[in-house]
Amino acid sequence: MYAFFAFVAGLVFGIGLLVSGMINPVKVLGFLDLAGPWDPSLALVMVGAVAIGIIGFVMAGRRATTVLGTPMLLPTARTIDKRLIVGGAVFGVGWGLAGFCPGPALAALGTGHLKAIVFVAAMVTGMLVFEWIEGTKARSPARLEPAAGGSSE
Amino acid sequence: MNIDWTAFTPWSALAGGAIIGFAAMLFALFNGRVTGISGIVGGLLRPSLPDAPWRAAFLAGLIVAPIVYRLFAGPPNLTIDANYPTLVLAGILVGLGTRYGSGCTSGHGVCGLSRLSLRSLVATLAFMAAGFATVFATRHILT
Repeated sequence: MYAFFAFVAGLVFGIGLLVSGMINPVKVLGFLDLAGPWDPSLALVMVGAVAIGIIGFVMAGRRATTVLGTPMLLPTARTIDKRLIVGGAVFGVGWGLAGFCPGPALAALGTGHLKAIVFVAAMVTGMLVFEWIEGTKARSPARLEPAAGGSSE
Repeated sequence: MNIDWTAFTPWSALAGGAIIGFAAMLFALFNGRVTGISGIVGGLLRPSLPDAPWRAAFLAGLIVAPIVYRLFAGPPNLTIDANYPTLVLAGILVGLGTRYGSGCTSGHGVCGLSRLSLRSLVATLAFMAAGFATVFATRHILT
């Protein structure tokens, strides 16, 4: 049941990316190009998403468990550190180069577009490099789990 | 700043955004988690965790979305201008950066801002600023 609802959420999320046009890197880059002919669409996607999202997280915040009776596992991290900002900036450079972020790139896999497949393969490689770096750093036996594993937004 | 009125699609952007927000709501209420795509993928790369089934199910939903969409609305617009070397470099940076910064446009952007998280706001400003700067450099300085 838990996995079924995850499937539904993924499907609805992907439909939202398609309806909003955000699956298309041209539209994303049109938003990021402030100095060129600017396409503000992405800003309105965020407005629409956050307007509904706020309601969802207020409702979720009032519950002790999920509708399915499982524990609430929403992120609790509040630290603002170098990792957060440097990681965000590195991601932003990649985003600006191709116009793809993880959600739209994965949804674009379903179109069978070869360039989307290449991007996702490279993205997974980048994530594996991260796991490898974290793994070597956390080699000391005192640590049970690398700190980065705890909270992922 | 010149708004490109021919490219701007305000209504489908708002509607699509609301659907994305609804997906985040569903996932929070039924699964108790945020729809952070980079975190969901990243977790799959750690085989020690027992939660692979829901992660794979979420990603399967995301990947079949274009097939479902096509049945009702026809083929989606999808133009990828970047060449292959650029896509590889961009993909690696996106993979590394989202994991290092614990989130992407969905986790920090959509969900973090909806949760009024200051941490996510800072991350969102960081990747937005880097995205604006990168596109400015590639389209207006280096060409």
